[in-house]
Amino acid sequence: MSVKVLWEDSIPGGSHGSFIMKRDTILKVTDIVGNGNLVALFYNMDNKLERYNMADTLKAQHTFFLSKGNVCYSDMGRILCSIVDSSCTWHDTISGMSNTETITTKYGALNYQEARNDMHRNAQDSVLIELSKWGLDRRDLVANVNFFSKVTANAQGVLSFVSDNSKPGDFVELRFEMNVLVVLASSQHVLDPSPRYSPNPFALTSLKCSSAGPYDLCRNLCPENGRGFYNTELIFR
Amino acid sequence: MSKNTVELESCNVLFDFVLDAGESWIHDVRAGQTLRIVDLEGNQSADTLIYNANDPADRYSATDTIIAQRNIYLTTGSRLLSIEGNLLMTIVNDTCGRHDTIGGACSAESNTVRYSLDKKFMHSCRDSFLHAVVNCNCHLGKRDLTSNINFFMNVPVSENGDLNFADGLSGPGKYVDLRADMDVKVLISNCPQLNNPCNAYNPTPLRLMIW
Repeated sequence: MSVKVLWEDSIPGGSHGSFIMKRDTILKVTDIVGNGNLVALFYNMDNKLERYNMADTLKAQHTFFLSKGNVCYSDMGRILCSIVDSSCTWHDTISGMSNTETITTKYGALNYQEARNDMHRNAQDSVLIELSKWGLDRRDLVANVNFFSKVTANAQGVLSFVSDNSKPGDFVELRFEMNVLVVLASSQHVLDPSPRYSPNPFALTSLKCSSAGPYDLCRNLCPENGRGFYNTELIFR
Repeated sequence: MSKNTVELESCNVLFDFVLDAGESWIHDVRAGQTLRIVDLEGNQSADTLIYNANDPADRYSATDTIIAQRNIYLTTGSRLLSIEGNLLMTIVNDTCGRHDTIGGACSAESNTVRYSLDKKFMHSCRDSFLHAVVNCNCHLGKRDLTSNINFFMNVPVSENGDLNFADGLSGPGKYVDLRADMDVKVLISNCPQLNNPCNAYNPTPLRLMIW
C-alpha cells in the first residue's frame, strides 16, 4: 500500500502550533528524543463549539488513559480522531497542562530578553495564543491529552507520574474522523519530576488515508466505539 | 425535621431548597458562605460546575484541582481551583468520603455512545445545564460547560488504568459542605440518568442549603 505524505514538519520543545487535519488524514507524531510530552486539544473545524471531551472519551471506553485502538470523543458523541497506531502504550488525559505559576515555581522565570526563543513558556499560555488565532479563548480551554506521558492512580486515588514512558523515536498515529482544528504545545507534563526546563521537540507527518472500514481496530474496540463511528459518519453522508 | 438539619438549627440558613431529579439550579454563593448538598435518598449524582462570579470564563478546572492535590477523588480538604489557579471553593465537610471529577456529565449524545442509539431523546445533565445557563441571563452557554464534579458518585480507577462507574459509597442523608472562597456561581444538575446502575436506575431529590 502506497502512503501519500501530505506534509512534514516539526515542533521544537516549548513551542506551540495549530492547524487543520481533514477527515481521512493521519497525523503521525514522533517523540524524537524520548520522554516527551505533547499537549493536544481537538475542535470540530466545522463547528468549533464541538470539542474534545476527556470524560466522554474515558467513560465510553472504560479507561483512564489512551492507547492504540482508543479514540478521542467530542462532547457531541462523535469521534474527532482515532489512535490507529502507537508504539507508546499510555497517553495521559487527566492531568491538564502547565501554567505560568507551575512553570515559574519549578523552573524559574526566563523571559525573551534574556533567553530569546529558549525563554520559559507554559502550555496554557501557548494553547491560548493558538486558540485566539481561530477566534477561540479561555472558554474553549478544556481538559487536554498529554501524548507520551503516563500517570497512574492507586486505590486511594493518589497520582504517580511514571518516567521513561516514551523511548526515542516512539510515535503515535492519529486518524482524523472529521475536519479537526488541532492545537499543540510541546510542553513538559505538570508532574514531570525533572528539575530542569527541558521540553522536547516532535516530528509531525501528515498522511492521506482511507476511512475506517468495518473491521477497523478502533471501531471494534468496544460497542461504544461502533456507535461513536456511526454518529460521526452520519454527518458525512 | 430530618437529622441532617439538626446541627444547623442555630445557624442562619439563607436558602433551603429541594432540587428534584432532572432539574437544574444556578445560584450565587458569596465568599464566606457555605453550600450544603444533601443526598436525600442516597447515591444520587449532583453534577456540579463552579464559576468565578466576577469573571465566569475563570471556572472550575478538574485537571488543575486533581493535579494540585495529587489525587483524583475529592473529599474534605479538597481545594476546588479555577483555570486561572484561583481558589473557588473548599470542601469543608464530607460525610460520603469520595466524589468523582473525571466522569463528566451525561448528555443525549454521549448516551447514544455509552448505551444505545435510541437513548438520544432521554433527558440528560448537559441538557439541564444548558436549560439553566440559557435562562440565567449571565452570559453562559455551551462553551462554559466543562469537566464537572459528580458529588456522591464513585468512579474508581485501577492502577492498570481501568475506569468504571461503580456502586455508590453514598447513602440517605449524606452531605457535602462547600465553603466559597470567593464570590462564585454554582451550577448543579440533579442527574436524570436512567441507564446506569450507580443510582439504582432511580434518580432522587437533592437538598441544597446556603448559610
